[in-house]
Amino acid sequence: MAIFREYDNRGRDRAAEDRRRHRQLVEDSIKRNITDIIAEESIIGENKNKKIKIPIKGIKEYQFVYGKNKPGVGSGDGSEKRGDKISQEDMKGQQGQGKDQPGNAEGDDVYETEVTLEELINYLFDDLDLPFLERKKFNEIESEKNYKKLGYQRKGIKPRLAKKRSVIEKIKRKKAYQRGDHEDVEEKRFPFKEDDLRYYRLRQDVKKETNAVVLCIMDTSGSMNITKKYLARSFYFLLYQFVKAKYLNVEVAFIAHSTVAKEVSEDEFFHKVESGGTYISSGYEKALEIIEKRYNPSVWNVYAFHCSDGDNWSEDNTKAVKLAQELCRNCNLFGYGEIQTGYYRPVSKIRSEYISKIKEGNFAIVTMTRKEDIVPALKKLLDKERGPVE
Amino acid sequence: MDYTVKQLETWNSKIEEIVKAEGLDCYPQEFEICSYEDMLCYESYSGMPSHYPHWSYGKAYERSKTLYSYNLKGLAYEMVINSDPCLAYLMRENTLLLQILTIAHVYGHNDFFKNNRLFAEGTRAEYTLEMFKNHANRIRNYIQDPSIGYEGVERILNAAHSIRFQTSRVVGVKKASEEERKKKLLDEYYAASKLTSILEEKKEIPFPDLNKIPLEPTEDVMGFIIDHGDLEEWEKEIMRIVKEETQYFIPQIETKVMNEGWASYWHYKILKQLDLPQALHIEFLGRHNQVIRPFLGGINPYYVGYMIFNDIEKKYGKEKIFEVRQTERDQSFIRRYLTEELCEEMNLFQYDKKSRDYEITEVADESGWREIRNTVALQVGMGGIPYIKVEELNQKDGSLLLAHEFDGRELELSYAYETLKHVRELWGKKVALRTQIGKVVKTIVCDENKKISILG
Repeated sequence: MAIFREYDNRGRDRAAEDRRRHRQLVEDSIKRNITDIIAEESIIGENKNKKIKIPIKGIKEYQFVYGKNKPGVGSGDGSEKRGDKISQEDMKGQQGQGKDQPGNAEGDDVYETEVTLEELINYLFDDLDLPFLERKKFNEIESEKNYKKLGYQRKGIKPRLAKKRSVIEKIKRKKAYQRGDHEDVEEKRFPFKEDDLRYYRLRQDVKKETNAVVLCIMDTSGSMNITKKYLARSFYFLLYQFVKAKYLNVEVAFIAHSTVAKEVSEDEFFHKVESGGTYISSGYEKALEIIEKRYNPSVWNVYAFHCSDGDNWSEDNTKAVKLAQELCRNCNLFGYGEIQTGYYRPVSKIRSEYISKIKEGNFAIVTMTRKEDIVPALKKLLDKERGPVE
Repeated sequence: MDYTVKQLETWNSKIEEIVKAEGLDCYPQEFEICSYEDMLCYESYSGMPSHYPHWSYGKAYERSKTLYSYNLKGLAYEMVINSDPCLAYLMRENTLLLQILTIAHVYGHNDFFKNNRLFAEGTRAEYTLEMFKNHANRIRNYIQDPSIGYEGVERILNAAHSIRFQTSRVVGVKKASEEERKKKLLDEYYAASKLTSILEEKKEIPFPDLNKIPLEPTEDVMGFIIDHGDLEEWEKEIMRIVKEETQYFIPQIETKVMNEGWASYWHYKILKQLDLPQALHIEFLGRHNQVIRPFLGGINPYYVGYMIFNDIEKKYGKEKIFEVRQTERDQSFIRRYLTEELCEEMNLFQYDKKSRDYEITEVADESGWREIRNTVALQVGMGGIPYIKVEELNQKDGSLLLAHEFDGRELELSYAYETLKHVRELWGKKVALRTQIGKVVKTIVCDENKKISILG
């Protein structure tokens, strides 16, 4: 006779440790590929709770398996004829019912995990090694300090004397005194005592900064190819995410320039290529114009970032430097990112001009040549941002 | 729970009577009633009450859990371990009928474990639980050992898992010793070069290379690395643990269709004799049909096995099915007993991948069924796993050459590269794999720095 027994796991979850380790490996893999992943995302309009599917490279269990060139056999409903086609989707949907055996896994199962954009950004924060306090500082920027009256207190300084309240207190004391068999008191003088005085209690009201704008300025001249734009795009995306983490209301403006500048939509910004030469100053002029028209620096925190391959026409350099300085005065942070791909990477004229002539503390220069450079570049830029906060 | 354990015991004793009367030969049976979560855990750890830790089991757990929560996959009704006494799990949340069905199904597996040749010769059921427990303890000890640690163990396990199936796949074969094999090679050489007639010309047969390692190519890549590699003792020990586990599982992989077919055959037969109340009977028919339903476009082992066993019984009688369950494995089972009529009845068809879509190349008719049968036979069991052999240890630079036995199916290269890196991790020196892509023989080389290049 068989034995039946109830199993009691005694509260132990035996898979917990292995799940934790697996999760950790997934996270490591995400962190390793974060720049790749983020570069794929559209910059604006994405909800931070949007789930993103990302392929995980590091944690597949590799074995020797057969590829797809092998024939297979399946059951049908009897209507199949030689030469019939079955679409991949149909096949997948149906085979999903099968239980896979060890070692029988198809070679094409791409292991995917879903994370939200917010989680991704958090991974990135982790990756940047910002200490917790600093990270908090990024989240809550305190700008103005306002004082707000909030209740009363017995001690205080003269200017905060609450007259009305003090009178009320005195009347209360007087009435109490009268109830205590002192009817005659009406006649006598009844002066204020120290105990009657009330002072306003004040609360420091921290007004959170709410408005910020990210000005993305990009050189769209002929020399800015797809690879360069891809780098720029990833960079803008991250910058946008960081700024978004700090402010409630974040807007983005895209400025594309070659020899003349235009404000464009995101799509045009990244996909349109113009031909011809480059006047960097045109982009800056446009940026200043937009700031003046729409984003008054006293109300808006302005973050401007310019990506270019540095191939500026030399007669424009002086003007560009001047306008860059002007931008520095109007922005919280102004960055110049020089994007150079390929093996030949000369130091551009404009870059050396910037280095020698722009001394403003909120100006940063970064160089990106590969997508691996994006995160370090961002880190460098944020170091600049941290400065004035402290 | 809509039933009591008492009820289960009552139904079980009825089932046991039928099992005995029908002539099934089982190990003593034990049932453990556990929760949904416990079931998930057991499933992730191949049903073992004790198993060594590795992240891949955590991954399996998460995966199953996700699939179940999306209802993409039903939780296994039954899980049975090839052990003596035979251990099976019943999920508490199941209905009474499902428990009865599972109990009957389990006796089918139990009989199969005890009697099928591969299990009887290839595993030692009385030590199963002990073996896994022992493995778990040893691995945990290595993890505790400060000179090895979690990461150290994981590194070897990762690599060992990647070639876990590259070991001797034939069950119950006695291996000749090195000496015997040398002698055999020499005997063969002398026999071949001997002149049998004065009219015969002198034959040019090269003298066998007796210093070659291995003497003849071996499929036991795991064993070869343990014996000839430059691993620490504890690393070898981990490899042996993984290898032992594979050897325990090979009979199950090799008899998936038969085993499930046999158990389904019996649960149906037993439940029909149980005089189930009307309501349970209707549920039984529904569940049974669900278990043995064909997967459109795929092979459901329960279905195919069930159909074949029924067909054998119809044609050759009841004794024959007992004989078949004892001596065959999936490949021979399919080759011998998957007939034209069965192929037709199950509407089997063969397909090939043509660019993005699949194209049906054969259907189950007079001209096509043999091809279909052969394809199934080729792919069941260990046939689904590429056959890789150790070809030669280069005695000059210590590098290892593996060879893939090409049978028309190509390796998935992206997987082969990564797996080769794992082999290199274990071997410590350069490793190469000879394989065939289309009609061209290629050699994939993984050098000491784990850089992959392709030659030829």
